[in-house]
Amino acid sequence: MHDMTLTELARALEAGEFTSRQLTESLLERIEHLDGELNSFISVTAEQALAAADAADDARTRGEAGPLTGLPLALKDIFCTEGVKTSCGSKMLDNFIAPYDANVVEKLKAAGTVSLGKTNMDEFAMGSSNENSHYGPVKNPWDLSAVPGGSSGGSAAAVAAGLVPAALGTDTGGSIRQPAAFCGITGLKPTYGRVSRYGMVAYASSLDQAGPMARTAEDCALLLSAIAGHDLRDSTSVARGVPDYRAELGTSLSGLKIGLPKEYFGDGLDPAVESAIREAVKVYESLGATVQEVSLPHTHHAIPAYYVIAPAEASSNLSRYDGVRFGHRCDAPKDLEDLYKRSRAEGFGDEVKRRILIGTHTLSEGFFDAYYKKAQQVRRLIRQDFMDAFEEVDVLMGPSTPTPAFDLGANKDPVSMYLQDIYTIAINLAGIPGISVPAGNVDGRPVGLQILGPHFAESQLLNVAHQFQQVTDWHQQRPAFGKENA
Amino acid sequence: MALEPQDVQRAAHLARLGLDDNDADRYVDDLTRILEMADQLQAVDTDGVAPLAHPLDATQRLRADEVTETDQRERFQRNAPAVENGLYLVPRVVE
Repeated sequence: MHDMTLTELARALEAGEFTSRQLTESLLERIEHLDGELNSFISVTAEQALAAADAADDARTRGEAGPLTGLPLALKDIFCTEGVKTSCGSKMLDNFIAPYDANVVEKLKAAGTVSLGKTNMDEFAMGSSNENSHYGPVKNPWDLSAVPGGSSGGSAAAVAAGLVPAALGTDTGGSIRQPAAFCGITGLKPTYGRVSRYGMVAYASSLDQAGPMARTAEDCALLLSAIAGHDLRDSTSVARGVPDYRAELGTSLSGLKIGLPKEYFGDGLDPAVESAIREAVKVYESLGATVQEVSLPHTHHAIPAYYVIAPAEASSNLSRYDGVRFGHRCDAPKDLEDLYKRSRAEGFGDEVKRRILIGTHTLSEGFFDAYYKKAQQVRRLIRQDFMDAFEEVDVLMGPSTPTPAFDLGANKDPVSMYLQDIYTIAINLAGIPGISVPAGNVDGRPVGLQILGPHFAESQLLNVAHQFQQVTDWHQQRPAFGKENA
Repeated sequence: MALEPQDVQRAAHLARLGLDDNDADRYVDDLTRILEMADQLQAVDTDGVAPLAHPLDATQRLRADEVTETDQRERFQRNAPAVENGLYLVPRVVE
């Protein structure tokens, strides 16, 4: 049952083929056997999971089961979960037991899902390889010498390895789509504001967005309907109705206009990845779509703009970790300043410090206009590129990443690591939705096709991804890792 | 622009982040290269372009000024490193 999609599991639970408790026990056992090597979980919440599974089975017996009742999943350790450690991958929060649930956690609990635990991640969601976690790197189940991507690397690896059928991630510059691509799963970053950020540990508030990571677009649709919606506790959450995304998956792609941004097929793109993406586009042509080249002329300014805006917001958001109210506190502080400085020096890892320093510097007196204001102006131009493109085409397609998963330890230099996010980062600056779908495999490592749409076009993106998965089987391929424990 | 170790120390102080001189030296190089990358933005013509703070150009939503939260001090203070009588303890600030 570890190989099944959420949709298949829901059907089997409904048919009484097994109970949620049996399913939960089986997956917990698999985690126990396999996750020592993978390191995809920071906390496994077996006791709570079994209690939730029993409650789900009882609800089903009473005839009160909904579409998600009894389905297991995992949560990136960035979502506050009442009574459970919520570390955000940081030593700073290693002792933090969340006193409340994030909005998405409340919603998933109310829907009857069973969380198996909290997944590993780059510290405070800052990273593209999951090597920045206080709890150690996660391995890619397709190839244990490769990274799973980041920052939602634990969520992606756990789904790919069959430890859990789906997980929630967050995406500030590609942190759902890039690990989804590297691990051969489907991951959606919704429109900014579509999903509430309440209870999600903040990194860069104008870019952060939570979304589903699963084996199929259909499962992502199921989860998005459950987690999306207006929430008064997040002032940027959008007051807009939530469709039943799964019910909107049946539309034919005949006449769909696909744009291929020429900037996404240039220097730095691995030829094997390019050829997989071009093959995927041909599949769409066979489904009746038309393809044309478009241009997003400000693409190459996205990484510089992001590395001004995101660290600036992070430096402000992370000022809350002061060693006073919660989180790590140094031993025997000699005065208040020593308490702040040493608690933060001890609690934060290298990459987090780097971004706090950059953000503090660019926001400081004399630098603000040259960096932060300039980056926000460029951000508007980047968004305009997408709006202009969507005047001509319905969706954009390209690679999610320039290469398949790279080796652990391969990108020691921070700037070369930042460049890995070349195709994903502009999407967060523009606030539009994007989905990564498995579309190939290069030397045993998966390739992701990225599909982008205008603001609030999640229904369309999910349908476009779903139609591809009706005629291809990339999403059904599984790594050899863990097969013997089937 | 190239940073000097004292620029890094200045930012570290503003961020209340303890850095010894070895750390500062180590970050100078990384931060300089990140800022050099950011300096590419200067080449973009942004005359007359309004800064974009929110990707949907939304403005801050307001609500009536009413109490909506209940007092949960004890619960929240369970995560605090040191509390006494409902107060957070820090080293003495006023002699």
